[in-house]
Amino acid sequence: MEQFLTFGVVGLATAAIYAIIGSGLVLTYTTAGVFNFAHGAAGMMAAFAYWQLAFGWGWPVPLALAVVLLVLAPAFALFVERVLMRPVQSLGEAERLVMTVALLTGCIALARWIWDPNTPRPLRPFFADQPAFHLGPAPVTWHQALTLGVAALIAAGLWLLLNHTRAGTEMRACVDDRALARLTGASPQRAARFAWILATQLAAVGGILIAPNIALDAQQLSLLIVSAYTAAVFGRLRSLPLTFLGALVVGWLESYLTGYLPQNDYLPGLRLAAPALLLFLALLVFPHRRLRGRERRLVRVPLPTPRGSLVFAGCVVLLAVLLATVLDEEGLISYGPAFSLGIVALSYVPLAGYAGQISLCQLSIAGIGAVVWAHLGGAGQLWALPAAVLVAAAVGAAIAVPALRLSGIYLALGTAAFAVILDRWVFTLPSFEVLGVRIALFDQGSVEVQGPNLFGWRLDSPAELLVLSAVVMAASSLAVGWLRRGRFGRGLIALRDSEAAYATLGGRPLAAKVAVFALSAAIAGLGGALYGMQQRTVTAEQFNLLANLPVFLVAVIGGLGAVGTGLFTGFAYIAPPHLLGHFGTWAHDVSTLGIALAGMGLAHNPAGVVPGLREEWAPLARDRVLLPVACGALGLLWLLYGTGLIGGAIFLVAAVLVAVALRIRATARQDGPPPAPDPVEWWGIRRPWRAEDREVIARGIAAG
Amino acid sequence: MASLRADDVTVTFGGIRALDGAGFAAGAGRITGLIGPNGAGKSTLFDVVSGLRRPRTGTVVLDGRDITRDTPAQRARRGMARTFQRLELFGRLSVRDNLRVAAELGSRRREAHRIADDLLERIGLTADAGTTADALPTGAARLLEVGRALAGKPGVLLLDEPAAGQDAQETLRFAALLRDIAADGCAVVLVEHDMSLVMSVCDQVHVLDLGKVVAVGPPEEIQQDRTVLAAYLGEA
Repeated sequence: MEQFLTFGVVGLATAAIYAIIGSGLVLTYTTAGVFNFAHGAAGMMAAFAYWQLAFGWGWPVPLALAVVLLVLAPAFALFVERVLMRPVQSLGEAERLVMTVALLTGCIALARWIWDPNTPRPLRPFFADQPAFHLGPAPVTWHQALTLGVAALIAAGLWLLLNHTRAGTEMRACVDDRALARLTGASPQRAARFAWILATQLAAVGGILIAPNIALDAQQLSLLIVSAYTAAVFGRLRSLPLTFLGALVVGWLESYLTGYLPQNDYLPGLRLAAPALLLFLALLVFPHRRLRGRERRLVRVPLPTPRGSLVFAGCVVLLAVLLATVLDEEGLISYGPAFSLGIVALSYVPLAGYAGQISLCQLSIAGIGAVVWAHLGGAGQLWALPAAVLVAAAVGAAIAVPALRLSGIYLALGTAAFAVILDRWVFTLPSFEVLGVRIALFDQGSVEVQGPNLFGWRLDSPAELLVLSAVVMAASSLAVGWLRRGRFGRGLIALRDSEAAYATLGGRPLAAKVAVFALSAAIAGLGGALYGMQQRTVTAEQFNLLANLPVFLVAVIGGLGAVGTGLFTGFAYIAPPHLLGHFGTWAHDVSTLGIALAGMGLAHNPAGVVPGLREEWAPLARDRVLLPVACGALGLLWLLYGTGLIGGAIFLVAAVLVAVALRIRATARQDGPPPAPDPVEWWGIRRPWRAEDREVIARGIAAG
Repeated sequence: MASLRADDVTVTFGGIRALDGAGFAAGAGRITGLIGPNGAGKSTLFDVVSGLRRPRTGTVVLDGRDITRDTPAQRARRGMARTFQRLELFGRLSVRDNLRVAAELGSRRREAHRIADDLLERIGLTADAGTTADALPTGAARLLEVGRALAGKPGVLLLDEPAAGQDAQETLRFAALLRDIAADGCAVVLVEHDMSLVMSVCDQVHVLDLGKVVAVGPPEEIQQDRTVLAAYLGEA
């Protein structure tokens, strides 16, 4: 009984922290309409800042607390609200979600850059020198008591604020109807700003209170948010009392699993994954709208032509052959995975670009492809590759079933929870047997991955695997382009634009979603298997949720609807850390920070950069004179490099210069001087109204 | 020949009864009007009939078969199609592709190209075939929704304010299109606020007020009905 009560007290204290953090999530969702994925990261930054002031620089604790809670947290909140969120306020839910994912990624990279993760930073609990007191037989530390007291004060304070103050009334009015609230003199913007400040302060309090219980680690602290997500989903992102109740459930669940879960090799991960499992179940059990209407703003999905697709596929293979001949062994190992990771990113195109289903677990599914290939294709058996693809597809199909009930933010949360379950539990399992079949994953460490045996030809060198990956990427890109032009692709876009109309015309949303999730997972699994081959050894950490986020972000920056996004993502994700790697060990964090910052620029180009690049290079691809000239020039340079007359660096620079010069020439040949743009007030009169005009005007109005 | 019947349909939102035992019947080759003031429950009744909303009580019968528990897709395959009060076009697709998708989702996959071209001509949007649906003006977008609903050659067509956003000329052409559709044997159910359109094309009109059917009859009778006048104009 004593043990039960002791774990109960520990669970209660943890629940209090989750309740504090979760209530901040609810506040921003209800007032600003933003589900803040970076909420935990704000708490993490506050914990690091508090450590820096109080322990790093030795400031008095009250002063450090005051600076963090009253100066830094509000300043951070105002920055996020004004600079990041306001420009995307007029855009869709997906864009707001991406913005917070970018913020989360950026905060983690920034924290790891500033505070070296290899240096331990112990954070002392509050009143650590005071002996614990007893509540019945259960010992209670003063830190736990303080946590409970703070949570109770915050609960009372939020109730008073929302029900008995003008600011609270304004916030609630804006939740009900922003437009109507504005007519009555309330300011939704002021309410949102106030909510952001308050929510960030709550995250900071939560972060500072929980940091002494775990290591001060950027990733670990940011991921604690999964427990707070679960609490908030209990409150359906709207109810503070239910959020507090959800926090209690999560806190006690974690605590009692720690105390009473049998000790063996299979279950410790279950305790770590328990909040994510609970989140997944809560998302499925609580009712959401089944059929949603159309989005507020539509981003075009490019329609690739058969010829354009073939030219692109040819360019991918050509690029791979050039890289395979020009790069040295180290370069091949560094840049080769751009193609395999690009295939993983390509899996977003049918899923998110066409069907509008947000998934934050594509890299985790790639991990499944890698591990299946590693175990079944140990001697390079080619049949193991389709097997890896099929297993990944089956996992994708399984995710799709709950996806029928979820959309938008709920689907993103569900897939994030799935990634956490895989990472913390499934991938950590030792091998086990099901119906006599031995299933092995990462064997609680790493697994070695071999190259395939292609009809007697063993592909094992980095150059061979790079070309293989590029050929598979070219084929996958052709297939995805063909899909876009065909019946299935049209159906997916229709499903995304109006699920209600799709269903009432005879479409089966469940079948379409299962199909697209399975297809997308198959592509991701294929990419994962190739990625594993190129890496030689893979670990579970390479496929965790936090590894998923930057890949997703780069794909968004590229443009989720464009087939070229795969290649773009592969290189934009792989190249910067390797290029910067020569200058210092901070390269990875800084390049991730760069990705996050680019993701934050989403508001200025929601369609992504690839459609723009495609438009720029299309004249050269269409030019029947200059395209052969470009190919000939590249061939000549390659010959010069092959005969040793020029080096690899000169070859690459000259190739890029020739391509750019010919592109400029092709554009000039096609267009002549570009016409002056029509003023906005003449759109639809002097020139036809275009689909993107509404977006441009909306963005202009939003930007003030 | 298709027939549709909804009986005793009740829908509640929290404590509010949006529909309170409402119903109507529509026969093949006839145009049935469903009118009433804003908030009367017309679109909610369409949602129930097309399967987007489960009623608390009541039944929906299509061609003598109870389809109350069928999914929207099953109803569509049985020959039901609808348009929406708030436009639900596939905005990222071209006008032609909107029609092609509709034909492909139904049972007429192989003829999708031809069906799309025929419908473009029938609704008068051939010149806009390549335009993205989201860029259409409201009147043309409404026509496209009607065309899309026709792609599966439905036996029952539910039209929710299809003339909203159309000018007088467009409404006249639309009235002719409606008669044409009904003449092909389709049972058309029309929710509309344009009373001159309703009174000129409908064979039978049902009047809804506060979730209940308060009057049923031919247009000329409905125009004189005191209950209907009270529902629209208030008690004298």
